[in-house]
Amino acid sequence: MGITISNISKSYKEVKALQDISFEVKPNELFGLIGPDGAGKTTLFRILTTLLIADKGQASVAGFDVLNNFKDIRKHVGYMPGRFSLYQDLTVEENLQFFATIFGTTIEENYDLIKDIYVQIEPFKKRRAGKLSGGMKQKLALSCALIHKPKVLFLDEPTTGVDPVSRKEFWDMLKRLQQKNITILVSTPYMDEAALCDRIALIQDGQILQIDTPEAIVKQYPKTIYNVSANNMYQLINSLKAYQYQHSVYPFGEFVHYTDVRTDFKINDLKMYLEDANLINIHIEKTQATIEDSFMELAK
Amino acid sequence: MKKTNVIQAEDLTKMFGDFKAVNGITFEVKKGEIFGFLGANGAGKTTAMKMLIGISIPTSGKANVAGFDVFTQAEDIKKNIGYMSQKFALYDDLTVKENISFFGGIYGLTKARIKEKTKGLIEDLGLQEVSNQLVGSLPLGWKQKISFSVALLHEPKIVFLDEPTGGVDPITRRQFWEMIYKAAHDGTTIFVTTHYMDEAEYCDRVSIMVNGKIEALNTPKKLKEQFQVDNMNDVFLKLARG
Repeated sequence: MGITISNISKSYKEVKALQDISFEVKPNELFGLIGPDGAGKTTLFRILTTLLIADKGQASVAGFDVLNNFKDIRKHVGYMPGRFSLYQDLTVEENLQFFATIFGTTIEENYDLIKDIYVQIEPFKKRRAGKLSGGMKQKLALSCALIHKPKVLFLDEPTTGVDPVSRKEFWDMLKRLQQKNITILVSTPYMDEAALCDRIALIQDGQILQIDTPEAIVKQYPKTIYNVSANNMYQLINSLKAYQYQHSVYPFGEFVHYTDVRTDFKINDLKMYLEDANLINIHIEKTQATIEDSFMELAK
Repeated sequence: MKKTNVIQAEDLTKMFGDFKAVNGITFEVKKGEIFGFLGANGAGKTTAMKMLIGISIPTSGKANVAGFDVFTQAEDIKKNIGYMSQKFALYDDLTVKENISFFGGIYGLTKARIKEKTKGLIEDLGLQEVSNQLVGSLPLGWKQKISFSVALLHEPKIVFLDEPTGGVDPITRRQFWEMIYKAAHDGTTIFVTTHYMDEAEYCDRVSIMVNGKIEALNTPKKLKEQFQVDNMNDVFLKLARG
């Protein structure tokens, strides 16, 4: 009772938002759709939640076809859109009440499902939703998306614009929801969140680059990556980019991730080259690939 | 060689009624430095930055930005800084060229200078094909790069970047940071706020605000050592969660 997507395509005039997308989300899986703005994440969410019709292809959610059984899907999914979409001039409590009523249930009936999340905003239940902080809005939106005990939960960029503390709490909540037999499809532009999913699809320009567990994707990275640092980051980047054997040069925090085209690459050769470029305090050492490295290599 | 301070804040405080939004912060930023200004939602970052860019008068303390006093010379500060935010950057319904002319005009550049700057900017960013297109039709990553270049048009001493790079793909984000490194290398000071701790790792030094105070200020490397963790995200979580 997860999600099945087969050969879905969607265009807006000449823009191909989704091009022949296929993948499956297993029941109870926490599946991440990882890609930048404009990759097609929201278009896919809107198709799966029956708010938009695909040009081509089939999809089913919780066993229901997105075209023929769209009304069933609407009863059994929770959807938290990227843009805050609750009623700003209703209070926290009123919003939750409203969504429970719409779905023919009550707050009490499914309270155990949202309890962990809702208790954190309950002290503010008389406050209007528009007056909440970013982290609290997000918790309220999640509570409203869960109040009818959905089988599948769609979260479109739930952590965009949220500080690291709230982001961490949010992911902890998702892990707990997963224990309660809910299938979760979550999208994010932040590659560091990929590691928190069971499996991920990397998506860019409407195409899937790769689908696997985060560990497997990183493992399949085809090259050896070196962390390079020196006294001047700007000169270091320029020198590495000018090196005739470079395969890729990407700044990564205090280091540059460097890969070489040669199979018999020697650290000392590069070190000498950089010394000739007047850089000092040069450090070069092997490092592990991250999801971002994999994404960039696939998108290259 | 001792580098000059471009921002100097001493015991800078802002009260809203009884609430101390910014509670006596003291720090300095050097010329050509990339300075990360971090904090959780509601920690006081935005209030502090508003004081530094001359649009909010501090309740007490001292601050000097680009050589001007925040209490008495706020207008001079505004002329000598650049500002870019993801929320407000360029006019979507003006073309690339029109945006450049508009912001050049706002900052008092001559027509000849605007023409020269427009040509240079379009060449540097490789925008020849789209220079007469509406900005609204361009991908987010392009907008961000144009927006940053526009913030540098009047050659300010400092550029304030308010959460600049959310949502773009990792390659474009790196191109953006390479532009920042270049500007810093050319002597422009970069003051950047962000929620994303991997961006904090790109900064020369970062400060972390918690409840109106600066609770940590150092290079990312030293902060990671100090808190015995291997990334800035964990530094942040340790500090902000107490």
